[in-house]
Amino acid sequence: MAMAWQALAATAVTTGNVVPLAASSSSRFPRLQLVTPILSHELGRCRLATRSSATSYFGTAPQNRGTTNVTTNAVATKEAFTSSATTTGGHELLLFEALREGLEEELDRDPTVCVIGEDVGHYGGSYKVTKGFVEKFGDWRLLDTPICENSFTGMAIGAAMTGLRPVIEGMNMGFLLLAYNQIANNCGMLHYTSGGQFTIPVVIRGPGGVGRQLGAEHSQRLESYFQSVPGLQMVACSTPYNAKGLMKAAIRSENPVILFEHVLLYNLKEKIPDEEYTCCLEEAELVRPGEDITILTYSRMRYHVTQAAKTLVNKGYDPEIIDIRSLKPFDMYTIGQSVKKTHRVLIVEECMRTGGIGASLRAAIMENFFHDLDAPIGCLSSQDVPTPYSGPLEELTVVQPPQIVAAVEQLCSRE
Amino acid sequence: MAVSLASRVGGLVSLDARSLLGNNGVCKQAEQKSHCSVVVAGAPAFQSRFFVGDNSPYTSTSVVWRGAMTAGESKAGGGRGRGVVAAAGGEGSTATMASAPELVKPKPKAKPQELLVTKEEGLEIYEDLMLGRTFEDMCAQMYYRGKMFGFVHLYNGQEAVSTGFIKLLKKEDFVTSTYRDHVHALSKGVPARQVMSELFGKSTGCCRGQGGSMHMFSKEHGLLGGFAFIGEGIPVATGAAFTTKYKREVLKDENADAVSIAFFGDGTANNGQFFECLNMATLWKLPIIFVVENNLWAIGMSHYRSTSDPEIWKKGPAFGMPGIHVDGMDVLKVREVAKEAIARARRGDGPTLIECETYRFRGHSLADPDELRSPAEKAHYAARDPITAFKAYLLENNLVTEAELKAIDKKIDDVVEDAVEFADASPLPIRSQLLENVFADPKGFGIGPDGKYRCEDPGFTAGTAQV
Repeated sequence: MAMAWQALAATAVTTGNVVPLAASSSSRFPRLQLVTPILSHELGRCRLATRSSATSYFGTAPQNRGTTNVTTNAVATKEAFTSSATTTGGHELLLFEALREGLEEELDRDPTVCVIGEDVGHYGGSYKVTKGFVEKFGDWRLLDTPICENSFTGMAIGAAMTGLRPVIEGMNMGFLLLAYNQIANNCGMLHYTSGGQFTIPVVIRGPGGVGRQLGAEHSQRLESYFQSVPGLQMVACSTPYNAKGLMKAAIRSENPVILFEHVLLYNLKEKIPDEEYTCCLEEAELVRPGEDITILTYSRMRYHVTQAAKTLVNKGYDPEIIDIRSLKPFDMYTIGQSVKKTHRVLIVEECMRTGGIGASLRAAIMENFFHDLDAPIGCLSSQDVPTPYSGPLEELTVVQPPQIVAAVEQLCSRE
Repeated sequence: MAVSLASRVGGLVSLDARSLLGNNGVCKQAEQKSHCSVVVAGAPAFQSRFFVGDNSPYTSTSVVWRGAMTAGESKAGGGRGRGVVAAAGGEGSTATMASAPELVKPKPKAKPQELLVTKEEGLEIYEDLMLGRTFEDMCAQMYYRGKMFGFVHLYNGQEAVSTGFIKLLKKEDFVTSTYRDHVHALSKGVPARQVMSELFGKSTGCCRGQGGSMHMFSKEHGLLGGFAFIGEGIPVATGAAFTTKYKREVLKDENADAVSIAFFGDGTANNGQFFECLNMATLWKLPIIFVVENNLWAIGMSHYRSTSDPEIWKKGPAFGMPGIHVDGMDVLKVREVAKEAIARARRGDGPTLIECETYRFRGHSLADPDELRSPAEKAHYAARDPITAFKAYLLENNLVTEAELKAIDKKIDDVVEDAVEFADASPLPIRSQLLENVFADPKGFGIGPDGKYRCEDPGFTAGTAQV
């Protein structure tokens, strides 16, 4: 009996922690949830975790939302995928291919959608997101621009005001600092200052974040700089599934949306549905349900968190991991439900400490859910340091899994 | 012929030894290989640049074209036959242009068959000029009476540029401007009532009171703004031109021929966005016209103190498009040049850069004490008031009678008075308007703790929701 349990434990621990894949294959989740608490209890390695609503949160999220006309959240969408009458089992691809697929579908669907940026056409995109497009859609729809971010962003905005739906690619998100004038003043504000007359249905996308020794200027996190601009929506993708879904939703949105991709996530592999789907721009994604602590994260840090979660689970913790996905606005419902359940929050982000997404999120949670908290909100961010080139130094500037483990341990006092 | 500047220039600006540039004029010897032949003649202290001909009240236009202007003509080929000067050097660009007599188009005392406008056109132009002037004067009054606030930049003196270009446009064409945008809005067809209400901050304004003086927008009339930061509107106009091109190339809409005009000042011609857009416009042959309203001053910065080569028109050929300089105080000259440029854009031949020498009679804004500009300079340009000049032209050529002009004056007075009354009587925006236009799709405010979208909160429409 003990051996059987141990065998089961081994399987559960390994499958339970391959979260990137599990996240999209929701059919595995219910089984995992049933197994783990029993393991925790039987093996006696951790404190007793009473699990009253483990499945209920997962299964009844849409109803919990209290509204029926909101697009179903990512988790429910995936449920739909597994339970709907799908004839095929989905197809596997890399994250940049998922972005490409989403973009291609939208380019096919709407002739006013076009891509504007450096090397998006003949070069196929510096990260190959638009590879093969110019042959299919032509030079005007995959517009290779000269190197003038501010002006071609402004040009895309002018085109959006007059009927097109451009997708602006920043070769690296950092280059969009040059376009800050147009993004803040025109992209964000123009709908308002024109009294609602003009819409700016642009998508601004590109790779950002800290890569592998790319140097300070290529390793920037622009989400913190843009978050104050009124009128912009910001989302960050982290899996092939949500990359494609968010890309499509962003293009269809009438609002200007900034889609943050991460340089190191482009080669993530996942199986995604064959049929068409979009993700809700305003919703967060539950990665791993838990009871002890809510870990809020996004983009690449999601993987550092899930890696730390392996260690945490082995140590007997039960973290709930939420990929916030929508950096602006925050999905205060999903976050709130989690906080009310776990009473502890740790934010893990790649932004700098000062003025980052975490800083705003902390404030928002404190403001809305102060009385639900048993401990101060933890926030792990990158150091306020220009990203150094040298490998060990670069590693030290971003949050690493051991730090996450330590922070969780600190926030969850053991009895 | 060399010109002794010391005897002519009476302004405050010191002369730079390295240039033969005067306080406001460029005096250059005509050279065979130069881009233009320019002769300075006449006694008046401040000569208009590129002044070809005598010192008549209406200076002539010297038009500089470079490269192919009409479809089918190559760069190395000929230019147009009208008032064109040979481009400098270059391979094969010798077969240009007009014979010398055509360079000079003396304006006054034109023979009837050489009239540049019909009576109807003349009246339309006059009305638009008067509307611009009267409206701006009323703005000044209203500002000092505390009806409008903030920064208000008036267009007095520059009306010829706005009227000259915009009255040739269709409703579907696009215009972008800067903060000095009231008259561009009026010329484009935005009702005076809506502009005045916007200035008063009322909800009946063209932007519901949310934009203000510097952010006039009108979707109906193709006015894409109104921008406070200089240079910001140029890419937007370029984008609108790109849409036209896209409609032709991708959507195969043969009827798409909307033209874009970007108006901006001399200060903006030193800004990166200007150059970046010149490049893109030529690259993709966009139907856009870049109009520089060179009034020589960027608040207190003289054009000559901030610009290494003050001849802005020259920057067009550097990017492969025609660069033209025109007397912006003369509405007919502006209109001539505009006709060419708009036709060129509409048939798909690409962009044009036009520098209009003009002047603002008032300060940069109503808050500007305007102490740096010399009285002599102001007097010189006041003598070239576009409205006075055009009125004289109409009357001298017997196109209209005094009575007709007076009738228009009265009509415009009534329109402006009515605009003020309307704006006065209009309501201020109510609280619920605060959050309404932040997002086109208000779901962008996100999901609140209760699980509902914040825009579904009843407080949202009341303007009291927490977002």
